[in-house]
Amino acid sequence: MSKTITIDGLTVPFRDGQTIMDAALASGVYIPHLCHNPEFKPHGSCKLCTVNVNGRNAASCTMPATEGLQVLNDTAELNDERRALVQMLFVEGNHLCPSCEKSGNCQLQAVAYYLEMMSPHYNHFYPTREVDASHPGILLDRNRCIYCELCVRASRDADGKNVFGLTGRGMATTLIVNSASGRLGDTTLAVTDKAVQVCPTGALMKKGLAYTVPIGRRIFDHHSIKDVQTGGGHE
Amino acid sequence: MSERSGRGPHPIPLPHPQGASPPGSRCFAATTARQAGEGEGEAVSPAGDAKKIRIATCSLAGCFGCHMSLLDIDERLFGLLELVEFDRTPLTDIKHCGPCDIGIVEGGVCNAENVHVLKEFRKNCKVLVAIGACAITGGIPALRNNLDLWDCFQEVYCYEGGLECGQIPDDPELPLPFDKVHPIYEVVKVDYFLPGCPPPADAIWKFLTDLLNGREPKLDYEMLHFD
Repeated sequence: MSKTITIDGLTVPFRDGQTIMDAALASGVYIPHLCHNPEFKPHGSCKLCTVNVNGRNAASCTMPATEGLQVLNDTAELNDERRALVQMLFVEGNHLCPSCEKSGNCQLQAVAYYLEMMSPHYNHFYPTREVDASHPGILLDRNRCIYCELCVRASRDADGKNVFGLTGRGMATTLIVNSASGRLGDTTLAVTDKAVQVCPTGALMKKGLAYTVPIGRRIFDHHSIKDVQTGGGHE
Repeated sequence: MSERSGRGPHPIPLPHPQGASPPGSRCFAATTARQAGEGEGEAVSPAGDAKKIRIATCSLAGCFGCHMSLLDIDERLFGLLELVEFDRTPLTDIKHCGPCDIGIVEGGVCNAENVHVLKEFRKNCKVLVAIGACAITGGIPALRNNLDLWDCFQEVYCYEGGLECGQIPDDPELPLPFDKVHPIYEVVKVDYFLPGCPPPADAIWKFLTDLLNGREPKLDYEMLHFD
């Protein structure tokens, strides 16, 4: 008899060592998330995956599953809080979807669609952030970075290159590039590296693809991120 | 006007959306728009002018793309015009907004005149709707928010090729530009948001019919877009 937890009344099995997020994804239960990717060690920073566990809120991507946990996930209250978090992500950066190549394939946008975010609600910061176009095949646009650290983890753990890092704290956090010049073009980052594939937004993108798949025919134009991430795995 | 201003949106009949049936058997193939408006659907109200919902629209720092998308509801416009009348819009060329039921604002706020128009809309409209990416996030005009305004002007009016004796316009009648473009909800209270660049015609139609019928507007997944 396998061990189980309960998510919104549904019995979900888990193995020792799995987090609530792991167990949920394995059973096709969607918990909204941005900084989590099952291929990498959890970061627990975006807090979108916050669920109510036995009466207390916890990040499901870092919270280990233990026998009999009662988890609330898809509730109006939690989704309201998640929407507010996404709204804050939108106003903290410069997320102007009509001018972004990633639009329609962007997980930040997709989560906003899923949570029915009709406006960013808060006052926009319109921060000034640097764009690094020095790499021949890859564009780094910090305007769209949400500091999920996925490229940092992928470059370190999967590519073994350690190209990216986060520096600073709080509002001063920035994504830096590990080269003497600080420019992407002076690193060994390759277009095929995992770090380039995992960005949930349009911060790290392959050059030259542009609008080969037109707006309106992209994945989240027609499919909810809930179905994409519980059915066909991560994009 | 004043006796109308106390009345909110109420249930009114609307023809079916385009595409529900093939050309030839559609709503207006055999009936006039007025007949269609009285024909079927929800509670019927007389199509007299006194009962019409009054709508004002404007484009601030926008491209009129949202207005084009509104026109893109095509023949459904005839049914809509049986139920609503337009106050200030680019279509009527009325210069100032009077008391209205619904105000629809496209575009963000990029200069002092935008603020005056927006406040006039808020003052006169019972329900204020922000339509499109620019009104909701600042949109494409907000791309200049991280550039110095003077640099922008010099680039456009002085350095751009093909200009003769380029100079930055400084006529006192020109509205004062702001150093940053802002979404309209950072200036006035906004009741509803309709995102998209532009929102598809079907989304505008769904939104308006919901609002006119007294329902909370709700878009299907594929109608909600930020691009």
